[in-house]
Amino acid sequence: MALTPVITAHWDEPDSHTMAGYKRHAGYTGLSAALAKTPDEVIGIVKDSGLRGRGGAGFPTGLKWSFVPQGDGKPHYLVVNADESEPGACKDIPIMLANPHALVEGVLITAYAIRASHAFIYIRGEVPHAIRRVMAAVRDAYAAGYAGKNVLGSGFDIEIVVHSGAGAYICGEETALLDSLEGLRGQPRLKPPFPATAGLYAAPTVINNVETICNIPTIINNGVDWFRSFGTEKSPGFKVFAVSGHVNRPGIYEAPLGITMRELLEHAGGVREGREVKFWLPGGSSVPMLTAEHLDTPLTYEDIAAAGSMLGTGTPMVFDETTSVVRAVTGWLEFYKHESCGKCTPCREGTYWIVDVLKRFRAGKGTPEDLPKLEEICAQIFGRSFCALGDAAATPFPAAMKYFASEFADGTRAAANDLFDPVAATIFSGVAS
Amino acid sequence: MTVTTNSDTNVPAVPADSVTVTVDGRAVSVPKGSLVIRAAEVLGIEIPRFCDHPLLEPVAACRMCLVEIAGQPKPQPACAVTVTDGMAVLTQAGSAMAEAAQRGVLEFLLINHPLDCPVCDKGGECPLQNQSLSHGRGESRFDGVKRTFEKPISVSAQVLLDRERCVSCARCTRFADEIAGDPFISLQERGAKQQVGIGDESSGSYFSGNVIQICPVGALTSARYRFRTRPFDLVSVTTTCEHCAAGCELRTDYRRGTIMRRQAGDAPAVNEEWNCDKGRFAFTYVNQGRLSGPLVRDAAGDLVAASWPEAIAIAAAGLASAAGRVGVLTGGRLSDDDALTYSRFARAVLKTDDVDFRARTASAEEADFLAVHVAGTGLGVTYADLESAPAVLLVDFEPEDESPIVYLRLRKAVRTGRTRILAVAPFTSDGLAKLSGTLFRAAPGEQPAVLDRLASDESTGLRQSGAVILVGERLAGVVGGLTAVARLATATGARLAWVPRRAGERGALDAGLLPGLLPGGRPLTDATARAEIAAVWAINAADLPTTVGRDLGAQVAAVHQHQADLSDGIETEAPIGAWLIAGVGPEDLPDPTAFLAAVAAVPFVVSLETRHTEITALADVVLPVAAIPERAGSFTNWEGRVGSFSTVLSGTGALTDARVLTVLAEELGTRLGGSNEPDADWAGARRAMESVTANAATQPGKGQALLTGWRQLIDAGTLQEGEPFLAATARPAVARISAATATNLGLAAGSEVTVSAGNGQITLPWVPADLPDAVVWLPLNSADSAVRSAFGAAGTAGAIVGLSSGGAA
Repeated sequence: MALTPVITAHWDEPDSHTMAGYKRHAGYTGLSAALAKTPDEVIGIVKDSGLRGRGGAGFPTGLKWSFVPQGDGKPHYLVVNADESEPGACKDIPIMLANPHALVEGVLITAYAIRASHAFIYIRGEVPHAIRRVMAAVRDAYAAGYAGKNVLGSGFDIEIVVHSGAGAYICGEETALLDSLEGLRGQPRLKPPFPATAGLYAAPTVINNVETICNIPTIINNGVDWFRSFGTEKSPGFKVFAVSGHVNRPGIYEAPLGITMRELLEHAGGVREGREVKFWLPGGSSVPMLTAEHLDTPLTYEDIAAAGSMLGTGTPMVFDETTSVVRAVTGWLEFYKHESCGKCTPCREGTYWIVDVLKRFRAGKGTPEDLPKLEEICAQIFGRSFCALGDAAATPFPAAMKYFASEFADGTRAAANDLFDPVAATIFSGVAS
Repeated sequence: MTVTTNSDTNVPAVPADSVTVTVDGRAVSVPKGSLVIRAAEVLGIEIPRFCDHPLLEPVAACRMCLVEIAGQPKPQPACAVTVTDGMAVLTQAGSAMAEAAQRGVLEFLLINHPLDCPVCDKGGECPLQNQSLSHGRGESRFDGVKRTFEKPISVSAQVLLDRERCVSCARCTRFADEIAGDPFISLQERGAKQQVGIGDESSGSYFSGNVIQICPVGALTSARYRFRTRPFDLVSVTTTCEHCAAGCELRTDYRRGTIMRRQAGDAPAVNEEWNCDKGRFAFTYVNQGRLSGPLVRDAAGDLVAASWPEAIAIAAAGLASAAGRVGVLTGGRLSDDDALTYSRFARAVLKTDDVDFRARTASAEEADFLAVHVAGTGLGVTYADLESAPAVLLVDFEPEDESPIVYLRLRKAVRTGRTRILAVAPFTSDGLAKLSGTLFRAAPGEQPAVLDRLASDESTGLRQSGAVILVGERLAGVVGGLTAVARLATATGARLAWVPRRAGERGALDAGLLPGLLPGGRPLTDATARAEIAAVWAINAADLPTTVGRDLGAQVAAVHQHQADLSDGIETEAPIGAWLIAGVGPEDLPDPTAFLAAVAAVPFVVSLETRHTEITALADVVLPVAAIPERAGSFTNWEGRVGSFSTVLSGTGALTDARVLTVLAEELGTRLGGSNEPDADWAGARRAMESVTANAATQPGKGQALLTGWRQLIDAGTLQEGEPFLAATARPAVARISAATATNLGLAAGSEVTVSAGNGQITLPWVPADLPDAVVWLPLNSADSAVRSAFGAAGTAGAIVGLSSGGAA
């Protein structure tokens, strides 16, 4: 399957991030087109397009918008989740660097559709370069009359606020993001009420991912049929896949949903010379790992789910046989332990415990009794934590055990670094040999 | 116990708008919107929990209460899921999923919890301990290193925190945020490092002790109680707090004749499950400066120990010799029964109406107001009424300092968004700000004018049904103030309630300890009223006094006038031949010096007291009486609700005032048989209140200001003695003035101001407040600001005082 660059179409142009560069390719025409329609018509188009959220959960975007009560007399808010922090995920930050105006235009159209007069773009604090690009794009949009009072003479008022996070993975969880945006400690909120009815400042709020928002202008400009000409019935459209790991050309590949990992691997130049795929994760560390036998699975929400994983953020990480599964899983769990917000018991204490045990396996000092205990600890977290972070933390180990139980058994006798030379897994290993 | 399984506060039996659910197969109808965990409680099914508290908003953090709900693939927190009609819930008793989830959560909670139960204050009454036994596994599978912290840290002088015991249930932090409104404690850090910590360090809280009580583990402990006893060695007694008129139900725990701690009782109608730090920690006074036996003045003029029969005989003889000229002053801290006995003793034995319970600033206008609007009116405005009121007006009443549970209930009402708080006060206090209240600013003396303006203000909400006016005892010091309040209530239709500061004031009022007032609000001047009381007291109605007596102020004035006459060579009979004084603290009176001079001048003084005071030192006979924990009784709170208390410290041999008076009466030849108290309040007509015209505004000159102030909750009060941990949490004494006044005085920020009046002066750091210009606010009885004793008569509210730079920055 061929690549189909849409959001990424003009990233090779040096000024793709500027207003001029964006307008050269029909930039902001989607906004004019949307303003010519009623907000409900815009929501209808997005609903019909079948666009699903690109942040990981894949919830139908138009449906989410339609949950916002209309005529309720309350202010509505649009919040863009640009807190991309998932290990392995690197798509929103490149989009904001190379195509910030697509985000801004998408924000304007979405805010118009859900009748919001304030939009907030919450960007991960560790990426000041992306924050600068988005802030510049917002400034330019104001200057051009696309944002602010009475946008393009339509009577639509919109204020856009770019907000920087402060270094917490949990703030990518949408309700924790809202708390953080309100100036509180970032911890997830109890649902219900859902953000669509009581979100930011207890007002109806839509929270969308960067990539989701960037799809909106293209759908408005090109129509539902065009959008649905990509992808599958249940997973329409195209996806910005960010391929990382042991591939020859890691990077961003925009292709229709339904492309297989094998095809995507070819675009990325294949696995390193002389190596084979050992395992791969379709969308960040929070989804179960798959192996070479799944390479022909179409990358759609439904097919990946059927294969026992999740499309997630659609940012495949590929690992070859130099990788120690024990080391990888322990690393991810150390991440989740560090990023657990502490609110609920299973995630706070469970990640602390898992890491404690996994470190022993990594050092070759695990015991056979520890393995069923680890699986039980994960089962005690999964489905019982307050938010999805706990579920994510409980995912890597059981998934790894499914395919690589023997490596954990090896962890009772030998350290991971002795069994798998860490240098061999690095990008410079080939240089050395 | 801090496991809160009671449900009556949150699940009223309202079948009208109810849904039916099954829990473990048993059906129950509960009000719509109820939580699953409450519905289970109704059935008597206990779902284990840590973070859940019926008076706090759900947080679903601990995950201990996970249950299976039909149709849901994952276990759900019973503390946060609201019931829907037909919902089928399976708890740990009926669901393997729920049981496994709970066991897993408990195992997680214990991996980092120290096994220090044998030395932990909570051991023996610990929900974690209990639920580990009932729902946990016998042995831990965790073989790693437990998380540790430096311990303990002081959240305040009286609240200590051992973080390694904390299970992050957030009860304490939610209490601080949702109930008290004081961010003194907060969650910090994240993940396994998440910990409860000291919040805004500048924020103390009058309610901090509640977090100790609701902590489901031993993470929060009391400096007073820590390591001193075991819960299973304690005996618990239900009591009513003696500190203020809020009427909190408490649980007092003692061991071997010593009170070890006090906790908030469970009184949904009054204090819910909270109390203030004064009520919780101020109980050590019982052992401070107590009288050990009767004292009599010997021939040399010295107070010497005497036997009870001797002291009673001397007291009776002295009182008899002054027959017809005896005054009875009782203060505001007596139990209801004692107050009734004094009322009866004065009228039936001493045949005097010279009685007054108001050992504080008072006025004839106030006595009139109380007799007409408050005395013997039974249960009036209640806490529940405050919670549902559309508007509550506070007049010369600072609830956070003067009736903290009223403050908590008002804050609860405000948080629902239904209730608006208005205040006639000199400035926006912290308490008023936390109630999001609207200030109607009044300089001292301006209250009547401001109240009259409110009467014609349509925007206040006071005309809405259910609106309430709460008036504090300080308004007695403002001429025309209570007249204006009564006028406002009539004009708006708002309900009126009087909130005194001391626990015994309402009871004393209902007992008729005011000139012209008999028990139950009966007018002394009404023959029917006298006949009713005479019947109850089993005496002839003709033996009751018929002329209205003198209040405390008039009695003191008469004594001084007599002294002045004597020095002018005019020999007359002493207007007060004897005083019977009980529970009066001279420091609370407008002019303590003048009062003590009068006590010295009155020929014969009998003092019934628990402890040595300036009055016992001047008395001719001192009769020791029981402190509140040493006897049973009741207090009537500001609502008119009677709260009883049982004896905590039994076997001390201390006698109640009522018992001593009964003996004294017998010595005087009257047997106090029958009942003290009429069965019903006065049903006869009540006269209208006499209108008192407000004074013209006083204008302070240059370098002067009008004095205003009130007592802070935690201050130099005698009932707080012996508790340094509590005293350390007192708000620092500051003088408040407007920024413009400070500028006029040339006061630099952070400097001190000197307030002078009479022969005294008080120098305090000043802080700006939105006071009117040329008004200074002082705490009236704090360690560095004892206004009454420093200023004497020149220090009453509204007096003109001198203001000058206090110098040191």
